[in-house]
Amino acid sequence: MEAFGLLLHGFAVLLTWKTLVLMMVGLVLGIFVGVLPGLGGPNGVAILLPLTFTMDPTSAIVMLSCIYWGALFGGAITSILFNIPGEAWSVATTFDGYPMAQQGRAAEALTAAFTSSFIGSLVAVLLITFLAPMISSFALKFGPPEFFAVYLLTFCSFVGLGREAKHKTVISMSLGLLLAGIGMDTVSGNLRMTFGSPELLRGINFLVAVIGLFGISEILLTMEERLALRGHAAGISLRVVLGVWKDLPKYWVTLLRSSFIGCWLGITPGGAIAASFMGYNLAKRFAKEPESFGKGRIEGVFAPETAAHASGTSALLPMLALGIPGSGTAAILLGGLMVWGLNPGPLLFVEHKDFVWGLIASMYLGNVVGLVLVLTTVPIFASILRVPFAAVAPMIVVSCAIGAYAIQNAMFDIWLMLGFGVVGYVFKKIGIPLAPFTLALVLGNRAEDAFRLSMIGSGGTLKVFWSNGLVGSITTLAIVLLFWPVIDGLLGRVGWTQGARATSQ
Amino acid sequence: MRITVKAVGAAAALLLTTPAFAGWEPAKPVEIVVAAGAGGASDQMARMMQAAIQKNNLMKQPMVVSLKGGASGAEALMYMKSSEGDPNKVLIAYSLIYMLPLSAKIPFNWRELTPVSVVALDQFVLWDNSAGPKTLKEFVAAAKAASSPFKMGGTGSKREDHVLTVFLEQKTGAKFSYLPYKSGGEAATQLVGNHTEANVNNPSENLEVWRAGQVRPLCVFDKERISYTTKVTETQSWADIPTCKEEGVDVQYLMLRAMFLPGKVTPEQQAFYVDLFHKVTQTTEYKEYMEKQALKPIFLTGKDMVQFLEEDDALNKSLMTEAGFVAK
Repeated sequence: MEAFGLLLHGFAVLLTWKTLVLMMVGLVLGIFVGVLPGLGGPNGVAILLPLTFTMDPTSAIVMLSCIYWGALFGGAITSILFNIPGEAWSVATTFDGYPMAQQGRAAEALTAAFTSSFIGSLVAVLLITFLAPMISSFALKFGPPEFFAVYLLTFCSFVGLGREAKHKTVISMSLGLLLAGIGMDTVSGNLRMTFGSPELLRGINFLVAVIGLFGISEILLTMEERLALRGHAAGISLRVVLGVWKDLPKYWVTLLRSSFIGCWLGITPGGAIAASFMGYNLAKRFAKEPESFGKGRIEGVFAPETAAHASGTSALLPMLALGIPGSGTAAILLGGLMVWGLNPGPLLFVEHKDFVWGLIASMYLGNVVGLVLVLTTVPIFASILRVPFAAVAPMIVVSCAIGAYAIQNAMFDIWLMLGFGVVGYVFKKIGIPLAPFTLALVLGNRAEDAFRLSMIGSGGTLKVFWSNGLVGSITTLAIVLLFWPVIDGLLGRVGWTQGARATSQ
Repeated sequence: MRITVKAVGAAAALLLTTPAFAGWEPAKPVEIVVAAGAGGASDQMARMMQAAIQKNNLMKQPMVVSLKGGASGAEALMYMKSSEGDPNKVLIAYSLIYMLPLSAKIPFNWRELTPVSVVALDQFVLWDNSAGPKTLKEFVAAAKAASSPFKMGGTGSKREDHVLTVFLEQKTGAKFSYLPYKSGGEAATQLVGNHTEANVNNPSENLEVWRAGQVRPLCVFDKERISYTTKVTETQSWADIPTCKEEGVDVQYLMLRAMFLPGKVTPEQQAFYVDLFHKVTQTTEYKEYMEKQALKPIFLTGKDMVQFLEEDDALNKSLMTEAGFVAK
């Protein structure tokens, strides 16, 4: 119960008018930067960081983390309304969120996204509050083989559990892995596939690719098909919100599963992005009618958003306790901490109790206040869809271009974004799924590094992936998931599972 | 040659205009370009400068930190190279300016940039897990006796950490498997988690885990001990760490931390930054930072700096060649 006392102390630190006002300001700013595609959390926090230098550390971090929560909430808005994910982990939200918006259920999708974000973060914060010391020692168990096993698990679950044709998933994933290899190779220190071009040195930025693949290609498709956004009849009222909430208990398994996956991957440093994809895939796997996923199913919004926010929140723990940022935004927050002379590390929890517990308390308050704030503004955002396409499309393209440029201040990235827009358009036309491509692009490098480091460490034997219980069970699970359709089919034949009839098809 | 002329010009301009600002000052926010990822030693230093400048009102325009750690820092170098004539960007450089062009054939030469000042020298320390051997001798003996080579973590490949590992092998006869991580922070955590046996991190990168008693410093790669005597842990200060030479392994390496402007800026612009960073080194923020992170304070500019850079370049080149890291 020591944690409980400390948490109350944290609230006491926090509950002053000044911090509450800063909190509101941070949330509103965060939602704004979150809504602009590409600008997102990391840039928003980076721009506003110097504002906080003159504040005391606790107020400063409360404001910054509220910008972070705001941006997380805001990121879901563009994913759902325009099919443009703001952060890496919003990608899976577009799969069902965007179709829902097209069917005129934008308000419902937004409510579902915000609510599940709230639930995911809440579970993660509870975890941080009560299990912080245990979790940081768990994260230390991760060496290169364990990291590789987690990435392998993500890739395998995609191939094994995805509904798309397996060969198309593999093609898409391989292309992503290929592009991920561009740039400096950390392990050998050599350049790869840069063809002497200085622009290619830094590799292909994931967000630039995503803005093009999802945002620009969607504009192209819409132009070809009908020159109108399909969501004009978005129903907007308190009834919608209450309606979604009333249905929540029906999805408790999905919410719980996604929260668990999110927390688990979030405390694995760098695992946050994988979480939303896994949450989505597993929800699809265990659903009664998996074919309805991707066509505007509310569960397809609940699952990835819950997982993403659970992991996004629990990712702050390795940052505080180990100094390893789990996401781009967490990395900027890390820089901020150092300015105030707070060095993340095992002693932060001991030496700066006020700060740490103030931050944790602000996660509770920021989440509640943020939820209320975004829910009251759902109607405003959903009504964007009523604006004629001819007026909205140029604005989307411009904000995509600004976003792509702002990530690395590079003109080249705008061309890259347009190129990916065309690639995305072609992929959609020939039915190649985009998700495995983006997943491979974001995790490819890390998976490769982890694999090669494991090999250097083990002297080249694959046994290292079964060298202890933790890595062994993750690797085995990955392989089981990869061959799941086959295994499920075999089990079904001998009458062991009922899932067989849904999948052998 | 061009650089030398420019540097002399700048020094002259500084003499003429001190103590007030030279005629020029930035009209828009100044970008401090970091050639490494978030949380690394360069980033921490940039944040310290950003705060020192803002808190002491050393400049009217704000300073923003821009992280360009892509391609092991090559991104930042190319960015500076392509910003010729832009006086609103300052690079916080370290030994990668010599090493990257050699190992990865990056088309970059620090002589194309405008040197401002060397602001610090960074140390390297050999660390092991606090459950591991207690002295360098025991560590070397254990490494030699081990059935598979000891794993040495470090930042990047064919860089400072990797070079130090190669020289450690040469001088001791022990074999190490070098594991290149993306950052010093990662190398630190991996050592704490016992995934590696040792690392050669900068003091700042291992400070927190040392204070928490999770790692142990074995020796510092310098000819003399670190001067700071304030206790960092319960029992030890930086000055208590022996040099590797004292322990019988003569490997030395210090790394520069220096500020550069892009090429083709005016002497007035250069003079402004020389003055600015000189003022930064006078602030309490800088002094506290030097001590906390166990950096060697130094301030070189003008001719002295160019001479230092040339010598340092030659040294790094010979180390890289000897280690076999120069790309053909």
